[in-house]
Amino acid sequence: MHVPVSERSDMKMSACSRCRMTKRVGSREKTARQKGRYMAIRLEHVSHIYNEGTPMERVALNDVSLEINDGEFIGLVGHTGSGKSTLIQHLDGLLRATSGKIYYNDEDIYREHYPMRELRGKVGLVFQYPEHQLFEADIFTDVCFGPKNLKLSKEEIESRAKEALEAVGMDESYYRRSPFELSGGQKRRVAIAGVLAMKPEVLVLDEPTAGLDPKGREEILQEIRSLNEEQGITIVLVSHSMEDVARYAKRMIVMNKGSVMFDGTPAEVFAHHRYELEDIGLGVPQVTRVMESLEKAGIPVKTGAITLDEAETEIARVFGLN
Amino acid sequence: MAKEITLGQYYPVDSPIHRMDPRTKLAGTIIYIVALFIAEGPLAYVLSAAFLFWGIKVSRVPLNYMMRGLKPIIMILLFSAVFNLFLVEGTPIVKIWRLTITWEGLFRAIYMSIRLVFLIMASSLMTFTTTPNQLTDGLEVGLAPLKKIKVPVHEIAMMMSIALRFIPILVDETDKITKAQTARGADFENGKLIERVKNMIPLLVPLFISAFRRASDLAMAMEARCYQGGEGRTKMKPLRYTKLDRNGYLALFAYLMVIILLKIFL
Repeated sequence: MHVPVSERSDMKMSACSRCRMTKRVGSREKTARQKGRYMAIRLEHVSHIYNEGTPMERVALNDVSLEINDGEFIGLVGHTGSGKSTLIQHLDGLLRATSGKIYYNDEDIYREHYPMRELRGKVGLVFQYPEHQLFEADIFTDVCFGPKNLKLSKEEIESRAKEALEAVGMDESYYRRSPFELSGGQKRRVAIAGVLAMKPEVLVLDEPTAGLDPKGREEILQEIRSLNEEQGITIVLVSHSMEDVARYAKRMIVMNKGSVMFDGTPAEVFAHHRYELEDIGLGVPQVTRVMESLEKAGIPVKTGAITLDEAETEIARVFGLN
Repeated sequence: MAKEITLGQYYPVDSPIHRMDPRTKLAGTIIYIVALFIAEGPLAYVLSAAFLFWGIKVSRVPLNYMMRGLKPIIMILLFSAVFNLFLVEGTPIVKIWRLTITWEGLFRAIYMSIRLVFLIMASSLMTFTTTPNQLTDGLEVGLAPLKKIKVPVHEIAMMMSIALRFIPILVDETDKITKAQTARGADFENGKLIERVKNMIPLLVPLFISAFRRASDLAMAMEARCYQGGEGRTKMKPLRYTKLDRNGYLALFAYLMVIILLKIFL
């Protein structure tokens, strides 16, 4: 566990997630606590080439080295085809790197007999449009699928499924309904719960808000944030929305043409690399551009704001409203 | 998993054969196969080989790529070769227990194998150089005479091209769902047969649902564009013969004539 997060969240934690935390903190993690920041996933010079040796050959990842620390909330952005999806599939071993190494909790996941299935429980991966993977007759059974594959006891499976469905805000009255009776946003939440029920330490979500209405987006993002803050789950959020990244992520990784282009806090990245970001088709949050326009128009605002709240505070300060 | 399925095996390079009209290539493949069955004697086979390899060279598809297509038929090849070897009667060479190998059998086995290999290679030369869509276009025109006896040629061709178009989509989708379920700890590779079949459910149910959803979306989109079948429908890219096709046909007929003449006079 990343120390500040788990301590800060102690106050907010319910009894249940508390016992879960203690269970998860093993001796290895305790020593890591003493050291401070702890690396959950480490990528060393990872490259991935699709269809190697054919005319369709394409380099999707090019020498990516990266550390994902425990408790982080990372926004992963990049233009379509920049290698984001390929990258995240490496994190839980679904794709094997053409070259390079990946370590999970300092263990080489490509070594022989590495327990891949366990890794997939620890690094939960939510794909784009995850509702398309629902298949059971009712949502509760569907959410049980993940923990069942981990070969847990029946009680444990059911309590995990319940907990996961609660975490995404699905009411108990829905448990026995068919997934196909639900709205798009609800289906998506059930699908996310299906991954959460495996109790991942790292949760990777590939555009979890794509195709949802504004209310659904907001709800899902809030839930993801609370998973990070209250349960200490490390989050990697793939997104096309600079606004969402600015608002929710604490660290931002920009991918371009299979390589990591920028890596820093959203405020830093947006402040220093606006033009590069626009060049690769990404840009900065709208509100950042508004602030720049205000400055150009002669209003003495500082332009660093990346979220609406920050902009509001800054404008209020300039006009002496607070 | 998805890597094993290479139905649309179009090999994207530019060559005179790639640029030929699909009708020429279809007819050419048929003519070549017919010629193969007419061919008799070593000279005719050498000629067929030369013609085929010349075609492959012109098409710029690497030979080892072509050879990969032969893997699935190795068993059939061995089977027919062995049967021919032992079952054809004639002058015996050796006798093993009750089985006799004859000279005639030996030659028959060799010819049969060469014939099969060439047949497969010729048809893969066509599929490597023609996109599935061009192929169905070619078929539609080629089968047009059947319209007279009320065969819905256009509809069949349309269904074929949609089916072909959907193969890569469904392969992609299968890949995606497999990955999503694997990420949830599903196991598609191990276990006993019954267990494995059961394990396929989390893959098959979403796949079927998505296939139906896509089909109904497509039907909707086609209706929104007033699709109404073959009657009076024109093409964006009508098939046109070029000089290339003329030369192709000339080469083919010349080859066929030589094979026939060889058969008559040798």
